[in-house]
Amino acid sequence: MAEIRVQNLRKAFGDFVAVQDSSFVVEDGEFFVMLGPSGCGKTTTLRMIAGLELPTGGNILLGGEDVTMRRARERDIAFVFQLFALYPHMNVRKNIGFPLLAQGMPSAEIRQRVEETAKLLRIDHLLNKSVSGLAGGDRQRVALGRAIVRRPKCFLMDEPLGTLDTEFRDLMVHELRELHNRIHATTVYVTHDQMEAMSMADKIAVMNHGVIEQFGTPREIYDRPATMFVADFIGSPPMNFLRFGGGLAKGAKEIVVQGAKVAVPEVREDIAPSDMALGIRPEHIRFDDASKLRGAIYGTEYLGTTQIVAVETADGIIKARVPAEIRLAAGDHVGLSLNSARLSLFDKGSGRAVRTAIHDSASQGRAQHG
Amino acid sequence: MSLTTAHSVVAPSANAKLIAGTIIVAYALISIVPLLWIFATSFKTPPDSIAYPPKVVFQLSIEGYCNLFTTRTRQTPEYINSLGPATGFCDETVRKRNMVIAGPSNFLPRFVNSLIIAFGSTFCAVFLGTLSAYGFSRFKVPLADDLLFFILSTRMMPPIAVAIPIYLMYRELGLSDTALGMILLYTAVNVSLAVWLLKGFIDEIPREYEEAAMIDGYTRLQAFWRTVLPQATTGIAATAIFCLIFAWNEYAFAALLTSGTAQTAPPFIPTIIGEGGQDWPAVAAGTTIFLVPILVFTILLRKQLLRGITFGAVRK
Ligand SMILES: Nc1ncnc2c1ncn2[C@@H]1O[C@H](COP(=O)(O)OP(=O)(O)OP(=O)(O)O)[C@@H](O)[C@H]1O
Ligand SMILES: [Mg+2]
Repeated sequence: MAEIRVQNLRKAFGDFVAVQDSSFVVEDGEFFVMLGPSGCGKTTTLRMIAGLELPTGGNILLGGEDVTMRRARERDIAFVFQLFALYPHMNVRKNIGFPLLAQGMPSAEIRQRVEETAKLLRIDHLLNKSVSGLAGGDRQRVALGRAIVRRPKCFLMDEPLGTLDTEFRDLMVHELRELHNRIHATTVYVTHDQMEAMSMADKIAVMNHGVIEQFGTPREIYDRPATMFVADFIGSPPMNFLRFGGGLAKGAKEIVVQGAKVAVPEVREDIAPSDMALGIRPEHIRFDDASKLRGAIYGTEYLGTTQIVAVETADGIIKARVPAEIRLAAGDHVGLSLNSARLSLFDKGSGRAVRTAIHDSASQGRAQHG
Repeated sequence: MSLTTAHSVVAPSANAKLIAGTIIVAYALISIVPLLWIFATSFKTPPDSIAYPPKVVFQLSIEGYCNLFTTRTRQTPEYINSLGPATGFCDETVRKRNMVIAGPSNFLPRFVNSLIIAFGSTFCAVFLGTLSAYGFSRFKVPLADDLLFFILSTRMMPPIAVAIPIYLMYRELGLSDTALGMILLYTAVNVSLAVWLLKGFIDEIPREYEEAAMIDGYTRLQAFWRTVLPQATTGIAATAIFCLIFAWNEYAFAALLTSGTAQTAPPFIPTIIGEGGQDWPAVAAGTTIFLVPILVFTILLRKQLLRGITFGAVRK
């Protein structure tokens, strides 16, 4: 097992830049998730780490060794493809043993290793079956088996649960994380599903348009989004934004939004006057008639223990997550009270988060800007 | 809606199936009758073969096959009577017609030439075709589209259009009437077909298979050999049949460029007619034997061939 260090990685296909100046570190034994919308460059990044694509610039270090220009087969990594790429002309046993065969391992040892691996994944009863008859989950396990059998330096997985149906996905998310807890293999996992990312990752890198917008623990990313894109991409429903103008001075504790004063975490930097946005997670909004920040109920979405309430304000729709017991009717006027300790401030122009007191306690979740 | 009235818009109706079936059976019959007639003729005696009205019921004889494989000379009855007892069925049959066997005919060596040239050129065309198709399918080849079009364009004129230049070239190079020359020629003609057919097949094999193998420690060539090739067998078999059928049946170039040692069966078979009257059973016997290798090859690979013919239309 080894750490993966990606430095200023860049990939251009002709004029189109698929990955720009990405830097991140996957620590030894970490489960690292790359999250981002379709086409943002996740697969391209992963393929560069694997050696299937050569970078246009930057370096990749594997366990301290520069492997940027090495061939895929010389990197000692394993890759699980979205469509698994199980060889249809081989049975399960041969598929799992295929990487060992490349090393010229004696067949008795291959046999033993394949059987151990199959047991670990609970597919030992399938070893002599043809892969074409397998169900989705079992194909997934065979693909995993082929990856772990070699005990490589790290695992790369490109949306491995993408083709499974929802119910099965939840099961496999659980199984994958459990497997990781047992073998502690350095893993880079690519997905566009934030729920998958949040529930599995030790660390998440959020990518957009070839740029890593933020990289940190799921908690950091959720509580202290580094950019408006991250704030909007993570969370369901996503973070609300309320516009406000004017500059911010270091030490400020209050801003004015729609004529109402709102207490915010203490600002830690000076910001020249410009368009700003106040970011509020839906669960940090309460209804309070005393509040000057007001809106009219637009609709509700009942979720059992909570409900999502859409409130129309002077600055568009705001979604609040409130207890399901509260009775509301469309058109009711309500006051919105915001949980001051949990608010984020953004510079609308660059999308970047303003440093405030919420970042004080943060363990260093670095943010990159494009 | 009850189940009995439900009807599918995609499954053909019973009537449609009946009509389609009838047309196919009729077409198959029309196609196979000449072949059956040739097959029957090969087992007729020479008088039966030219009887009018044609005989459907006739006496079985392998005289045609005897005549095909031998050359004979006409002798006086006295001379024939002076010989010892006939050594076999063919000998006996031939003597009844006042002839004796003078030696083996050229049919067998010509047939072997056909086998060597057709299978040899098929192997070369498929081998080269597979490698180039893989290259075109997987790598950024400069001017790939133009190259592919150029390769295809070699099929746009009938090959015989270049017969004279090739004839002169071959004479100059000493390739006339050699098996090597014919293999090169048929390979050149077939390789364009092979590249195009196989590129279609290889394009359909996701590159993740080789990539997985390369990550797992194999070189590209090993990955190609162990993951791409086994999955391309259908396409390779179909391509091989098409190439083989062309090379096996080719007449014009064979007639032009081969005359002796490297002559193939197609230009040889018609020459049987000339030898001492119109020996239809011998010609029919030659044709029948000529059909066997293609028939066997096709039957062995029929599954792949079917998928090859319908390729593109039917996905796995
Ligand atoms: N070989 C290539 N040539 C040209 N452009 C490419 C190539 N591979 C990828 N791209 C482009 O690079 C961008 C990033 O692609 P990539 O596959 O990395 O996205 P992704 O984040 O994995 O998306 P998805 O979630 O859809 O898999 C896309 O716009 C894609 O069209
Ligand atoms: Mg992708």
